[in-house]
Amino acid sequence: MKKLLLSMGLLLSFYSVYAGGYRVATQGQRALAMGHSGVAVVNSAETAFFNPAGLILLEDRLNVSAGVTGVFNSTSWQNSSTGQFSSTERNVSTPFYLYASYKINEWLAAGLSVYTPYGSRVEWEKDWPGSHLVNEIELAAIFIQPLVSVKVNDYLSVGGGPIFVTGSVDFNRNITRSLVDEDGNRANVGISDSGITNWGWGASVMFTPTEELKVGFNYRSEIMMDARGGEATFSNVPNSPAVPAQNGVVPFNASLPLPAEWSLGVSYEFSEKFMATVQVDRTLWDVYESLDISFPGTGIPDAVNPRNYKNSSIYRVGAQYKASEQWTIRAGYYFDESPVQSGFFAPETPRNDGHGFTGGFSFELNDKLALDFAFLYLRFSEVDESYDFYMEDGVQVPFEGTFKSNAFLPGIGITYKL
Amino acid sequence: MKKYIKYLALASLVFTSCDPEFNDSVEDGDFYTAGEADFSNFVSVGNSLTAGFADNALYIEGQKNSFPNIMAQQFKRVGGGDFVQPLMNDNLGGLLLNGNQIADTRLVLGVNAEGNPGPRNISGTPTTDITNSIHGGQMNNFGVPGAKSFHLVAPGYGNVAGVPVGAANPYFVRFASAEEATVIGDAMAQNPSFFSLWIGNNDILGYATSGGVGVNQQGNLDPTTYGGNDITDINVFGSVYSDLIETLASNTSGGVVYNIPDVTNIPFFTTVPANPLPLDETTVTILNATFQAYNEQVLPGLQQQGVLTEEEVALRQINFQAGPGNFVTIVDEDLTDLTQILQGAPFNLSPEQAQTLGQLRQANETDLIVLPAANFIGSQVEGGGVSAINGVSVPLGDQWVLTATEQAEINQARVAYNGIIQALANQHNVAFVDVDMLLQEVAEGLPTDSGVLTSEFAAGGAFSLDGVHLTPRGYSVIANRAIDAINEKYGSSVPRVNPGDFRTIQPSNN
Repeated sequence: MKKLLLSMGLLLSFYSVYAGGYRVATQGQRALAMGHSGVAVVNSAETAFFNPAGLILLEDRLNVSAGVTGVFNSTSWQNSSTGQFSSTERNVSTPFYLYASYKINEWLAAGLSVYTPYGSRVEWEKDWPGSHLVNEIELAAIFIQPLVSVKVNDYLSVGGGPIFVTGSVDFNRNITRSLVDEDGNRANVGISDSGITNWGWGASVMFTPTEELKVGFNYRSEIMMDARGGEATFSNVPNSPAVPAQNGVVPFNASLPLPAEWSLGVSYEFSEKFMATVQVDRTLWDVYESLDISFPGTGIPDAVNPRNYKNSSIYRVGAQYKASEQWTIRAGYYFDESPVQSGFFAPETPRNDGHGFTGGFSFELNDKLALDFAFLYLRFSEVDESYDFYMEDGVQVPFEGTFKSNAFLPGIGITYKL
Repeated sequence: MKKYIKYLALASLVFTSCDPEFNDSVEDGDFYTAGEADFSNFVSVGNSLTAGFADNALYIEGQKNSFPNIMAQQFKRVGGGDFVQPLMNDNLGGLLLNGNQIADTRLVLGVNAEGNPGPRNISGTPTTDITNSIHGGQMNNFGVPGAKSFHLVAPGYGNVAGVPVGAANPYFVRFASAEEATVIGDAMAQNPSFFSLWIGNNDILGYATSGGVGVNQQGNLDPTTYGGNDITDINVFGSVYSDLIETLASNTSGGVVYNIPDVTNIPFFTTVPANPLPLDETTVTILNATFQAYNEQVLPGLQQQGVLTEEEVALRQINFQAGPGNFVTIVDEDLTDLTQILQGAPFNLSPEQAQTLGQLRQANETDLIVLPAANFIGSQVEGGGVSAINGVSVPLGDQWVLTATEQAEINQARVAYNGIIQALANQHNVAFVDVDMLLQEVAEGLPTDSGVLTSEFAAGGAFSLDGVHLTPRGYSVIANRAIDAINEKYGSSVPRVNPGDFRTIQPSNN
């Protein structure tokens, strides 16, 4: 099993997009099956992500959860006034998680989390009508977080730890709507950087007023991913001093925020078998004002791409039912507010408000090991939107159309306890 | 575990096929109707403008941006099929005949060592040899660069043997079905369901771009006797056009025809002003002294003798001022020829001097100077010494200037052609595009999704670097206007394109 997970981790890419902005909420199959609600739930090492204060509340000494989700998402675009249409490649991407906790004594547990909460992979058909905004984008960020969880008293525990992030970015677009080289190939720029690192932190509390009721709060700090001296590759640029770029590789700088996020939730065990939870998440997207790419020392003008994201909330509800000693079934729903404001609908993150329908189950193979399955269908309604801030010779040229997206996310994981 | 991997693989297949679908789909044509037209096999017939000719050449990228190809892509939303064009072999343009180059490569906007932009031929050797026939199978674009109206019905226009003597067209040679084939015959052999016809431009354009060196053939009903720079007789045009539209309209569900724009709106004639000359004080003093006797004695004397009218005497006055804005000197073949008179008494000029003054005048606001004169005016005459300056001491020849008289001849023919085109369009009930009006709008500035398109040379966006043919963006505007006309005529709803998605001129130092 370990070997399999390891090879999957090596072989598969870790990122995808399916939620507002480039947040990818698939950080635990048990929680995902309940609408990705977990801040007030303690049922496995998944709590290392959702609320590390809960780790000390786990019954077993050693807890491990690991899993991977296949993300199948696609967006279609069309413009009825020009008859143009396009859709993104349905690339499969695979966010994963690995959580472990160890109870040192009755009031202290230590843990480690590795997870991929942010990412994006959108690949439009090359030279599609919006290719001056984006042909292809891939963002990946792996969070590595050592944790402690401390039981303050019978009612209150706290937890948290520093976060180390390592990320990469690939972004490709055509330089303008119409610039071509001498053979008619669209002039293009791609930027690429990896090994972008930074630090952040997370902290949480869990309040347990009665045995049945849990109230949880979790906070994860903003982390700015600063790409410095990455490679920007210009291609298909005509050979002319009249064009402010030449074919070849130059350095670029850019910054992309991974915004802060907090969650607040409540769970209640109505019986030995039945538990339900509600949760609200708030992502502080307003830090993402603009995606600015500069090419220092080259004379190439900066690429300024206003984003003007707004803070957004996600409302989650989920429940689980322990059907037998071996089977536990789960279901949930969430409503995902898009951080993208009207007129800023850039096709690199073409998402409007979405409805997430989730379900799943766990099957206990034995006392120690359980298999976890989750499935998410994310539904977006059709939306007429535009990105109005692309400039051409000082004139705003809106990119308009009707967008429709959907995503299917089947996931598999294991829970191990000792 | 293996089993689950299998399920995952299976699930992948299922999810991959679930693309989001729109309530009303552009791709499925939910928004559009073909109306009474059948766009399944669109065939375009015409000249260079239909072929996608630009920058003084035909090349692949230009062909892909031909206005009929732009339209054909939009027709796909209403049942249109593939649109096959006689694509060139490269993006250099230019032609070979048995390995010998017979047409230059395309123009690109280069920047010279001083940082000044200007058109130049892209470097490289053409690879399109016209002896490599590409005839066979589907063909949709019968735009033949250089074709005049009567060429479309002329057998042998695609016979390679006629190319060296100018009796055949090298572009048609490439895809003619047989040596004696006609353009219209080959077009009809494709069983078109819908057509476009834009022809007649070259029936006046050769005369115009050559500065009127050709002959206005009004009254000559035999086009086989015409030279390349002649103006086609109006009745010849009418007869040919009537046959063409009759053939096309009676065998298709419909079509669209285009009229002939005013040449005085195109940058080939509007870029070089008639008064481009800056002159310094010293030069002006010398020049004016040279012409003083001519202005004040010779010309009034000839008026007294009744050789010249008062009007012509005024027209022939030569005057320069220090500073910019001096009008060039030109040979105007419509002036009274004084070459012989000036050699006689009392003038007794040498034959050379008399020759120079024979039909000399200074240009004025009504004269149009052709674009290639830009680099010629002000240059020294080869072997003529420092004072022999083209356009100043040595007048510009007829081929550099389109005079008001020549413009009037062109316009008379053009207006007549346009009357014929519009009347026949009405008679055959096909869509009609007023390109003349459209290019007037462009000359005044046409707003598009990408700013204002004008006919300013190189910078305006509408015209390619030859100053006559359009850029892809210019052709897209033509395509949109045609789509509007078709939609109105046939009750269809073909979507338009965004002109801003199409390029303007190509910068390159290659």
